Amino acid sequence: MSNSIEDVTQQAKVFFVIGSNTTEQHPVIGMKIRQAVKQRDAILIVADPRQIPLVDFATLHLQHKPGTDTALLNGLMHIILKNGWEDKAFIEERTEGFEEFKAVIEQYPPELVSEITGVPEELLYEAAQIMGTNKPMAAIWAMGITQHIKGVYNVFALANLQMLLGNIGIPGGGVNPLRGQNNVQGACDMGGLPNVYPAYQPVTSEEAAKKFAEAWGAPMSTKIGMTVTEMIPAAKEGKIKALYILAEDPIMSDADTNHVRQCLETCEFVVLQEIFYTETAPYADVLLPGVSFAEKSGTFTNTERRIQLVRQALQPLGESRPDWQILTEVANRILAIQSSGRKIDLQAPYARWDYHQPREIMDEINALAPSYAGVKYERLERGETFQWPVKDEAHPGTPILHVGKFARGLGKFNAVEYIPAAELPDEDYPLILSTGRVLYHWHGGELSRRSQGLLEIYPKPLIEIHPEDAERLGLNGQQRVRVTSRRGSIEAEAWITERVLPGMVYANFHFPEASANVLTHAALDPISKIPEFKVCAVKVEAVE
Amino acid sequence: MLEKATITIDGKKIQARYGQTVLQAARENGIYIPVLCDHPALPPEGACRICLVEIERQRTLQPACTFPVSEGLVIHTRSPKVIEARKFSLELLISDHPLDCMTCEATGNCLLQDLAYEYGITGDRFQGEKHQYPIDASNPFIVVDRNKCILCRRCVRACAYINGVEAISVFYRGFNAYIGFGADSTMQDSPCEFCGSCVEVCPTGALWPKMAFGRGRPYQLQKIQTVCTYCGVGCQIELQVRDNRIVNVFGVENAPVNHGFTCVKGRFGNDFVHHADRLTKPRVRKYLLESGKRDGKDRGEWVEVDWDTALEIVSRKLVETRDTYGSDATGVLTSAKCTNEENYLMNKLARQIIGTNNIDHCARL
Repeated sequence: MSNSIEDVTQQAKVFFVIGSNTTEQHPVIGMKIRQAVKQRDAILIVADPRQIPLVDFATLHLQHKPGTDTALLNGLMHIILKNGWEDKAFIEERTEGFEEFKAVIEQYPPELVSEITGVPEELLYEAAQIMGTNKPMAAIWAMGITQHIKGVYNVFALANLQMLLGNIGIPGGGVNPLRGQNNVQGACDMGGLPNVYPAYQPVTSEEAAKKFAEAWGAPMSTKIGMTVTEMIPAAKEGKIKALYILAEDPIMSDADTNHVRQCLETCEFVVLQEIFYTETAPYADVLLPGVSFAEKSGTFTNTERRIQLVRQALQPLGESRPDWQILTEVANRILAIQSSGRKIDLQAPYARWDYHQPREIMDEINALAPSYAGVKYERLERGETFQWPVKDEAHPGTPILHVGKFARGLGKFNAVEYIPAAELPDEDYPLILSTGRVLYHWHGGELSRRSQGLLEIYPKPLIEIHPEDAERLGLNGQQRVRVTSRRGSIEAEAWITERVLPGMVYANFHFPEASANVLTHAALDPISKIPEFKVCAVKVEAVE
Repeated sequence: MLEKATITIDGKKIQARYGQTVLQAARENGIYIPVLCDHPALPPEGACRICLVEIERQRTLQPACTFPVSEGLVIHTRSPKVIEARKFSLELLISDHPLDCMTCEATGNCLLQDLAYEYGITGDRFQGEKHQYPIDASNPFIVVDRNKCILCRRCVRACAYINGVEAISVFYRGFNAYIGFGADSTMQDSPCEFCGSCVEVCPTGALWPKMAFGRGRPYQLQKIQTVCTYCGVGCQIELQVRDNRIVNVFGVENAPVNHGFTCVKGRFGNDFVHHADRLTKPRVRKYLLESGKRDGKDRGEWVEVDWDTALEIVSRKLVETRDTYGSDATGVLTSAKCTNEENYLMNKLARQIIGTNNIDHCARL
């Protein structure tokens, strides 16, 4: 998020929520949006192919067809420009690339956009008018925007929209992707990505490579590594021989489960560090028992870049150990093995692995990750709370990014064209499948299926299907259906509901017995390498 | 209009702001006025009559929680008249309230109990009809005991103002009034999302987490503030722990994001920590203890081993792979569930120890 949860939910006049089922996936932010609508008459525009619960509180619902987000956004910007609702001063002073962008936007008149998206022209106009005549507007999105082969284009389009309206760098505005996992922001910040060191220092930069080579006492590769969506297929091709998996469950969370199974089966050596025997565990050679969040200490960074203390409440169960201890042990053992393979100079300032508690690791992060330089445990323990960048020990943190000036100087309009999803319905697979999660479960369900109450209230997978399609298929009431894509097939109970558009079904990936990812398509966005979870073609049959 | 007003509470002159209630001004200045229905996170209700105060030049006692501040107010919070009125209200409440504090879950965490203690209420002044509502334990999360409800409407307001779904309301009037859900149904058949905000604010044991029953008194519980492990919002939660088990979970009141409230998973979804499926010992495949050669795709059976053995195998195999096939033949998946410190170490393990940038996690998934 460029902004803070607080300023967005307290000060936005308009919320534009697109591709985020906020009340089910980020419930506490969802609550705050509902509060804003009810208590201070904020205007809510929801763009989502499904009638998500937030729609009940929305002024407008743009129910566009899955995978048509870029067209929808370009169409809205077309109307904004036609009516002169853009923020001319902001565009003039703070951005570049506007003319090229405008030329592309001109190609998206309402008639065309309405045809592509299925959203009536009047609704497009009403939405554009609200956006163009009320400031600030906060744009909020989640995986509904990014999990497409053109997810990056969707994000560019949202950034364009917010620059066009001058909603950047101000309270109540901003570009606000809601991050899914508790510490997905932190995992990215800490260099858990193939192209960057901690704090987004590029691995391709000679300067960064030199910095880390000197700090860690080892030569650094300047070659961008593989993403998860490349690594796992590379195991099947024999390019990846060993995988060290920390608390992830690719069998549940990756697209095209059957293919993932084949890849992991082939991989020569798989270490899995986990708290449960997950669906991925059968493909492991070694299982190391880590601990849950309640049995360790450290920090998590939330979706608004806020760093908070995680405090140990329980002793580790059985012989399980905090993950940082296990990693430290593995590293020290490797360092102790006499090998000609890789020279590591332990005299380098941060080469050693002498960690006795997480705060010592944070001290090292302070030294090497500039945006975390001032994140000291002493400050957090005093109750200070801050969002990165925290430039030094006196710096109060940065609640809003891009105030007065973009990180790159001028904000760049990246003109993007609408490109249809990789796999569209046809005669054999006539319906669109979109996937996601429900309020009562979490991702692959590893935790939530092991929570008694959550499992009791939502005990089995459900396939959402529109009444029109249900009628055509002869479904009546709680009946089981078989959903089949080109990659696999699952059976689960149908939930006949107007939450989905006609011609669309929706499934979750919480239950191994019928995980949507058996069906999903591993077509990747060429830039982000994110799979197109939100659109693939399926057929549905009633199960007798 | 003036911004500040000078008011006098119990002889002490204080500066209050226009727009504040007497209760808010008193609180800000550290002056205690007892409440039941008022809650700092909720709009004032004026339902319980416990915060009654005597305000000079007002004909009757006034509820501090709704009375607006104005210049020159002179307020008495503990005059005999006030004390008598509060006692009367408490005695009426207690006359239709079970006196089962000995076994009640809320004991030690009950505002009504605290006030009865403070005002010496014994419960024998008014004898009359008592409700005998059946206890509703039909949903997995929250036990509803209407016998313990004092109709303060905190839950009604929390559901409407904090969560926003308005699943709770008061049905009927007077003595027959009770809190109900949806169209007077159960929680699970109402728009309730089980965020538990109602439990968070309930001043008695009328709404209590099912998971906590019989598991410990407040003074037996260790309370640890941490951050929820589910989504990326970053709600701070307080884990209440006894005998190395999570007994109860509350939101942290002054947390920057959630201000004391949570969703269903953050409050009621943490028992996975104790699930019987937890891995508690390292395991390796049998072949790793024997020839070290795997039979194709068949990984063979598991053997439980000690940490030394498991860690030795992992480090040896990682070195072997690195030195035989090169650094880029290893891939590392770090975790969005783990801490910053752990992710930093995983990045250091990949880049320093193995020498590869093949590191990623589920941000894309």
